[in-house]
Amino acid sequence: MITTSEPDKGGHFGRYGGRFVPEVLMAPLEELEKAYEAARQDPAFHAELADLMKNYAGRPTALWEAKRLSGILGGARIYIKREDLLHTGAHKINNCLGQILLARRMGKQRVIAETGAGQHGVATATVCALFGMDCTVYMGEEDMRRQRLNVFRMRLLGAKVVGVTNGSRTLKDAISEAMRDWVTNVENTHYLLGSALGSHPYPMMVRDFHSVIGKEARAQFLEREGKLPDTVFACVGGGSNAIGMFHEFIGDTGVELVGVEAGGRNLTLGEHAARFAGGSPGVLQGCYSYVLQNADGQIALTHSVSAGLDYAMIGPEHANLADEGRATYVNCSDASALDAARLLSRTEGIIPALESSHAVAEAIRRAPAEKGKVFLVNLSGRGDKDMDIYRENLKDLDE
Amino acid sequence: MSNTRIGRRFAELRAKNEPALVAYITAGDPSLEATVGLVEALERGGADVIELGVPFSDPIADGPVIMRGAERAIANGATLRGVLDCAAKIRERSEIPILLFSYLNPLMRYGFAKLATDARAAGVDGVLMTDASVEEAEPYVKTIRDAGLDTVFLAAPTSTPERLALVGRYSSGFVYLVSRTGVTGEQQQLSAQALPLVTAMRTHTELPLAVGFGIAKAADAEAVGRLADGVVVGSAFVRVIEKYAGSPEMENKLLELTRELKMGALQGRLR
Repeated sequence: MITTSEPDKGGHFGRYGGRFVPEVLMAPLEELEKAYEAARQDPAFHAELADLMKNYAGRPTALWEAKRLSGILGGARIYIKREDLLHTGAHKINNCLGQILLARRMGKQRVIAETGAGQHGVATATVCALFGMDCTVYMGEEDMRRQRLNVFRMRLLGAKVVGVTNGSRTLKDAISEAMRDWVTNVENTHYLLGSALGSHPYPMMVRDFHSVIGKEARAQFLEREGKLPDTVFACVGGGSNAIGMFHEFIGDTGVELVGVEAGGRNLTLGEHAARFAGGSPGVLQGCYSYVLQNADGQIALTHSVSAGLDYAMIGPEHANLADEGRATYVNCSDASALDAARLLSRTEGIIPALESSHAVAEAIRRAPAEKGKVFLVNLSGRGDKDMDIYRENLKDLDE
Repeated sequence: MSNTRIGRRFAELRAKNEPALVAYITAGDPSLEATVGLVEALERGGADVIELGVPFSDPIADGPVIMRGAERAIANGATLRGVLDCAAKIRERSEIPILLFSYLNPLMRYGFAKLATDARAAGVDGVLMTDASVEEAEPYVKTIRDAGLDTVFLAAPTSTPERLALVGRYSSGFVYLVSRTGVTGEQQQLSAQALPLVTAMRTHTELPLAVGFGIAKAADAEAVGRLADGVVVGSAFVRVIEKYAGSPEMENKLLELTRELKMGALQGRLR
């Protein structure tokens, strides 16, 4: 079993990762890698980031023991890491604060981003407002429809939101469009990629900016319980909140790491986003990892009730953790995620984002049979943005 | 220079002081059957090398015109196997060099060893992988070259001298110079970045240099033909196919545009 996880010089985690982009983007990726390396060595960069994390974003986030929920399940005790309490309502702000400082160091005046659920778009628009940068966010038109409020939030923050009408009109197409913008405007533009995906150094860099989640949670857990959790759960779309949580625990070989993918309606290709249940290694949008594709190598359409998990590829570090057996990946259906959201809301007074509900659902499923164990669940975001979808799906509450 | 149809064609043209017209179309747009006739029209119009595009669902380097072409081709059932069969049909009637132009994933899914064998058998002469940096493509270059096929890589205005040297080392047949930062698609005028890149690349390789991205008019072809060994045109052809798909005029319109562009490229050598 592996106990550390760092990419090689070319950005490979085991077989996965790397740089698969048109030649035009190789130089800016090398520039970004150098700038990030320099920032990593610079105490002033870390000090400024720490100040923003604390005084702007609201870190550290709370670790909450969900006693009512645990009591009802009658098995394992469940702790929840409250990333939903962060400014803008999800973990995404951690990475955005890190990257905006980097963009400023590189002298870029313009920032572009993709967004699925809109949380990364909102977080990007937020840091751009804070730093006075020009901001353009690409979003699939289907996602714009599903997440109307977030579109308005981004515009209120001064960002330009560009609807993408290609392909499935979701996150995958928004990323392609952002890459096309970047390839055209490399000189003055930073691409603020929102997940632990894409070409090196993004998967490593995004993970590093989110690793504060795992660092805090591990210390908080030790302080409260005097030991480490038995099992850690996180939802996995691209996998940024999960890798941020898992990374600090990789060396703790007694801690089980569980990533929860979107099982969607069922596990027929096109009806889900569970890359380890039907995907195979391939190249998409700059990265080599598990991807949902058909027999001809065309990328498959995906479905999840949660826009943030609705993506065909999983981040390369997760692919390697799965191959190495250090983390396991399961999936949870739309219906189970909705049930979990309702149960968490009613027992703890915490309405989770639909993405995070997938992680909660797996903990709920396992808890009854694991009395004596202690679980840690990363609650990556809050559910405010999902109210329309909850209303559509929980009709008995909406008389 | 490699002893492939591509290498030999560039050598013949160099001897005649003629720039090559390299023509891209997406195979399977509007159908694989139609592609065979479209390539014939390109050849009769004066195209010297054909880039046969393998359609991919997520073409990050392409602008809207070629993106739509790929969508149509996939919707009409074009697969890599179908594209190879199409190349074999072209090869029955013509000796025009054929370069397979693809994103990595469909090739990876097919398997590189099988691709090299099957492409060779179909009469394909080389492979270009749009999203494969030379570093990542290295393992595949040997497999493709061992089958007697060329590997063409892209150089860009943003490429450092170190990267230009790598691109030169891993390429055979010719080197494809991307005229500007951006995606594929016609432009109002040729990028000022294009010609300095030709000069820079010459210091790293003896291979023929073809310039593409954004070239749509005879005047652009003339400017490029003056300095480079080849002029690559794609979106302008795909746009004609999009406009005239289903019409009996389609092949003729494509032939007319090819002739115009070839004349433009030739003009570049007359002054």
